[in-house]
Amino acid sequence: MKKIEAIIKPFKLDDVKEALVEAGIEGMTISEVKGYGRQQGHSELYRGAEYVVEFIPKVKIEIVVSSQEFADKAVEAIMHSAKTGKIGDGKIFVSDISKTIRIRTEEEDEDAL
Amino acid sequence: MDMHYVIDTFFSLFAMTLIILMVPGFAMLEAGLVRTKNVTSVLTVNTMIYAVASMSFLLIGYQYAFGSWDHQDSINKYAFFLFQMAFVGKVINIMSGGVSERSRIIPLVIFTVIIGAFLYPTIVNITWGANFLSGTFLDISSMHDLAGSTVIHSTGGWALVAAILIMGPRRGRYKKSGAIQVIPASNIPLVVLGAFLLWIGWFGFNGGSVGAISTKENADAVALTIMNTNTAGLSGAITAWLLTYFRYKKFDITMILNGALGGLVAITAGPDLYNIYTPILIGAIGAALVVLFVPIFDRLKMDDPVGALSVHLVNGIWGTLAVGIFTEVSFLTQLKGVVVVGAIVFPLSFAIIYSINKVFQLRAEDDEQLEGIDAIECGMEAYPEFKRSI
Repeated sequence: MKKIEAIIKPFKLDDVKEALVEAGIEGMTISEVKGYGRQQGHSELYRGAEYVVEFIPKVKIEIVVSSQEFADKAVEAIMHSAKTGKIGDGKIFVSDISKTIRIRTEEEDEDAL
Repeated sequence: MDMHYVIDTFFSLFAMTLIILMVPGFAMLEAGLVRTKNVTSVLTVNTMIYAVASMSFLLIGYQYAFGSWDHQDSINKYAFFLFQMAFVGKVINIMSGGVSERSRIIPLVIFTVIIGAFLYPTIVNITWGANFLSGTFLDISSMHDLAGSTVIHSTGGWALVAAILIMGPRRGRYKKSGAIQVIPASNIPLVVLGAFLLWIGWFGFNGGSVGAISTKENADAVALTIMNTNTAGLSGAITAWLLTYFRYKKFDITMILNGALGGLVAITAGPDLYNIYTPILIGAIGAALVVLFVPIFDRLKMDDPVGALSVHLVNGIWGTLAVGIFTEVSFLTQLKGVVVVGAIVFPLSFAIIYSINKVFQLRAEDDEQLEGIDAIECGMEAYPEFKRSI
C-alpha cells in the first residue's frame, strides 16, 4: 500500500480531483495548509510598507492506494493536472503504508481501501 | 408660527443625525483596520466614546463652550445643542483610533470625560463660542474654520500625538533592528463601509455647520458647502489611487480611503468659500499629504494603525491654511488659529494623558497585546468561530 501526499495550488484542486477520479482513485482527503519552498514566500505591500508573506496558502491531498501501479497512475494524474509551469506548483510525496483499517467494518489493508 | 425657526431646527436635527452616522463609520473603519483579536475592544471604545463624550458635553462642556443654554434664538436650543454635541465624540474617535490595539479601555474613557467636558469645549469657546480670550493677543475667533478642520480634526490629532508619544507603538510593530513590521488589516470590506459612512456623515458635518437653510442665501450656502465637501473627497480618492499606483505599482484601498478622508478633512475649514473647482486641488493636496505622511510617521515609529495622524492632524492644518491661500481670508489669521489651538491642545493633552497613564496605565502589557485586548478586557471575541470549528 502506498500513500501519496501532494501539495498543490488551491485553484488547481478541481482539475486534480477530476484527473484522480478518471485515474480510478475512489477517495481522497484534502486539507488547507500553508507553506513555502525555495523562493521563501512572496512580498506584499500595505500602506506604503513592504512585507513578506512567508506562508502561502496551499491544498494538501492525501490518497492511499493498494499497489505501486495505482500509485504511479495517481502521481501521473496529479503531476499533469496540477502543473502550471510557474513557481510554487507544489510537490508530491509517495510513501509506504504498513496498515489500513476501515473503522465501520474493521476490514484490514487492501479490503479496507 | 415662524417657518424659519422650524425649518432651521429641522435642518440642525437632520445634520446631527448624519453626523451620528460617523459613529459606526469610525467603529467599522477601525474594526476593519485592526486585527481580529482586538475588534470587540475597539467597538466597545467607540460606543463608550459616543455615550461618555456626549454626556460630558451635556452636563458640563456645552455651557462652558457657549456660556449658557440660551445663547441664540434662531433655532430650538436643544436642536442647537444636539448638533454641537454630535461633534464631541469625533474629536476623541480621532485620537482613540490611532492608539487602538494597545490601549486599555478605562483610561481611554477617563480621557474621554476630560476632553468632552473641558478640553474640546475650551477650543470651541475660543473659536465658535463664548470666547474667553476675546480682546487678548491670543484671540483667534476671526479664523475661518467652518466645520472644524482645526477645531475638531487637528484637536483630535494633537491629542493623538500626545497619546502616541506616551504609549509607544504596538508590540511587534518594529523589529529589534528597528525595521518596520507590517501588521495588515483584518477586514477590508469593513474599512470601506466605515469610510463611506464617514463620507456621508460629512455632509451633515459641513452642511449643518452653515447653521441655517431657511432663506435662499442660506440654502445656496448649504448646497455649495455640501457640493465642495463631496468634490474634495472625490479628488482625494482619485489622487491617492494615482499616487499609490505611481509610487508602489499597486492599488492600496486603505490608502485610497485615507486619501478621500484626508480630502474631506482638508475641505472642512472653508467649503462655503470656494468656487466649485478649488476643492479638487484642496482634496488632491490633502490626499498627497496622506500618501506622503503615512510612511513618514511609520518611519518615525509613531505607530498609528488607522492613519489618523495623516488624515486628521496633517490635513486639519492643511485645510485651515488652505482657506488663507485660496480665499480673501488672511493667511496669518489662519496660521495663528492653527498654532494657538496646537499650543493649547498638545501640552494639555500630554499632561492629562501622562497623569492618567501614571494611575491607570494606558498601554496594555506586551503579553496582553499578544493575547488580544478582547480576551483581556472584554472577555468576548468578535470572531470566535475563526478558531473554534465544531
